[in-house]
Amino acid sequence: MNKKKLEQIKEQYKPIIEEKRAKWQEEHDTPFYTRQTRLVLRNVEIIEPTSVHEYIATDGYFGFAKALTMQPQEIIDIVKESGMRGRGGAGFSTGKKWQFVHDAQSETKYIVCNADEGDPGAFMDRAILENDPYSVLESMTIAGYALGAQKGYIYCRAEYPQAVKNCKAAIIAARKNRLLGDNLFGTNFSFNIELRLGAGAFVCGEETALIASIEGKRGEPRPRPPFPAVSGLYGKPTLINNVETLSAIPMIIFEGAERWNKIGSPNNAGTKVFALAGNITNGGLIEVPMGITIKEIIYEIGGGYAEGSKVKAVQAGGPSGGCIPASMFDLPIDFDSLQSVGSILGSGGLVVMCDKVCMIDVAKFFIKFSVDESCGKCVPCRIGNIKLLNILEKITSGRGEESDLCELEKLSKTIIETSLCGLGQSSPNPVLSTLTHFREEYLDHIHNRRCGAGICRELTTYEINEKCIMCTACIKVCPVDAITGELKKPHYLSKEKCIKCNKCVPICPVDAIVRV
Amino acid sequence: MTKQAFIKAVERERDGGSVLCALQIAQEAYGYINEFAIQTVADVFSVSQSHVYGVATFYHQFTFAKRGKYNIQVCMGTACYVLGAEEIIRAIEDELGIKAGGKTEDGLFSLEHNTRCVGDCSIAPIVIIGDKWLAKTTIRKTLNEIRKIKRQEEVRLP
Ligand SMILES: Cc1cc2nc3c(=O)[nH]c(=O)nc-3n(C[C@H](O)[C@H](O)[C@H](O)COP(=O)(O)O)c2cc1C
Ligand code: FES
Repeated sequence: MNKKKLEQIKEQYKPIIEEKRAKWQEEHDTPFYTRQTRLVLRNVEIIEPTSVHEYIATDGYFGFAKALTMQPQEIIDIVKESGMRGRGGAGFSTGKKWQFVHDAQSETKYIVCNADEGDPGAFMDRAILENDPYSVLESMTIAGYALGAQKGYIYCRAEYPQAVKNCKAAIIAARKNRLLGDNLFGTNFSFNIELRLGAGAFVCGEETALIASIEGKRGEPRPRPPFPAVSGLYGKPTLINNVETLSAIPMIIFEGAERWNKIGSPNNAGTKVFALAGNITNGGLIEVPMGITIKEIIYEIGGGYAEGSKVKAVQAGGPSGGCIPASMFDLPIDFDSLQSVGSILGSGGLVVMCDKVCMIDVAKFFIKFSVDESCGKCVPCRIGNIKLLNILEKITSGRGEESDLCELEKLSKTIIETSLCGLGQSSPNPVLSTLTHFREEYLDHIHNRRCGAGICRELTTYEINEKCIMCTACIKVCPVDAITGELKKPHYLSKEKCIKCNKCVPICPVDAIVRV
Repeated sequence: MTKQAFIKAVERERDGGSVLCALQIAQEAYGYINEFAIQTVADVFSVSQSHVYGVATFYHQFTFAKRGKYNIQVCMGTACYVLGAEEIIRAIEDELGIKAGGKTEDGLFSLEHNTRCVGDCSIAPIVIIGDKWLAKTTIRKTLNEIRKIKRQEEVRLP
């Protein structure tokens, strides 16, 4: 491959892409799409994912061709100037990270793409890898050239079979077209990429654990420093970047830093892809400029709440993040503003929650997740999270006391301060943020033994409402004979006898049994 | 996969892959990690069996018993949870008389414990039965699907 050939291919395939793009725009003429700014997702659903020619027609590999004519430091300077901050969660300056790896003295260096996407409720990396895998390959190749690395690894979740398949196909095609391999574009720069599969461990998204996992070991994190930029994979300087971060780089190199830093809010350049889900009319992936308000996302793009319910909060950042109450929906979303209200941007999961969701139950859900995913290496995270879970379970089962809230806060702070890695350092966030914004819900559970959302089983009672068609289906299924009545005669549910097993609810053909 | 073919595959992983990659081959080939796999990987990589076992038990992907003919996964990611995945899993437990992580006596169904986000949050909640995906599912829809499979399998029995 060389620049001239790239241009030929682009010339040939451009009309096809333009046609496809026009067709896509025509078919997606709704606010959900037109309100977005699609840069990272620019090729998603438009190009044939594994066709290298179609990718080239969208200026693919022109960034790399340009990079080859530049000094490594110039490339790094463009990345710095773009203001890109890592999309994997921490928001660390990508340019600075590249500089660290560049400055590290070593014959061998590695480029690693973090495609572990562990946050339950986020799926942007999956979309990019499935639909635009070459953007990641090109970006890693540019990084390889700029930082002096010869080899790259993509560490992808095994739960994404299609992404794995497309990535594999793209790597093979890139090798065939000499976009990976030895002496690329006739220079003396050589670069290769290998795909490694994760094996279902959230903590492996953490960079030091990810390195251990690529080496084939238990994915346990280790203390930093030394940072991977100094001593990473097999002890060599290693760049670790997230899929979304990488995917934007070729465009930035080719079109210049302004392409990115003209968009967004101060100190938070560019766009961010969010995974909008939960109680929302239009869910899915959205790409918007940093600094857009939550309100705009929910109403103008997401089309408001699902019918018949009222939204009370949005959970951002998954198990390491926190909730944002409806009263703060004017907040612009970026790394810094979310941090200021006790949440985090994280990888960009946004789960909308209506009034039928119990916030303590949600906190419990996330802590359960962290308990399950804690690697067990450090005590605060291994034991502390279980302690948090026990207290939350005590509250949701109706045995809570007011002193438990103090205990939750104290314990959370200890875990955050003393855990080894980012998992423990952020796992109590969902507890702390619900305690801050929804304290009255906790108190309701504790003082009134009541779960307003009707979620916590022990604190709710079952009732038969007027929808009942008197069919006796529930009577037959109740294991303790708590429901009495006959065919075509009113049914009664005895609250004393009911053991809240929930068996009757799905059986009822008209949803007449409700929890209050 | 024959024993010979498996040993060959593990040897390939030794040169360029890792213990983890070798275990992934075993899981794919046998449906679970058996003693033979642990022993082979340990021998080929010249590490102790306990080291291999340590790696295998660390990751959720690996199972140590065969799954049922129909493996049921109830996505327990945030979006699915918020939309009622917990109630769905309890209903399946009741229906099959097993707990999450278990398998029915006839080996027909196994119910996976704590399935992580399967990446389709915008059409949550998701239940996967065998290779069939149920999107925006409900307790009723899910149980109906399970009962349908039960009936089909009964017909097949002599
Ligand atoms: C517990 C934990 C899980 C993480 N999971 C991911 C993940 O799934 N994907 C990801 O890109 N980064 C994840 N990270 C962040 C990475 O450690 C790292 O910061 C990131 O990959 C760096 O890339 P970036 O600078 O492009 O964001 C996780 C961090 C922690 C502490
Ligand atoms: S939470 Fe179930 S698909 Fe993402």
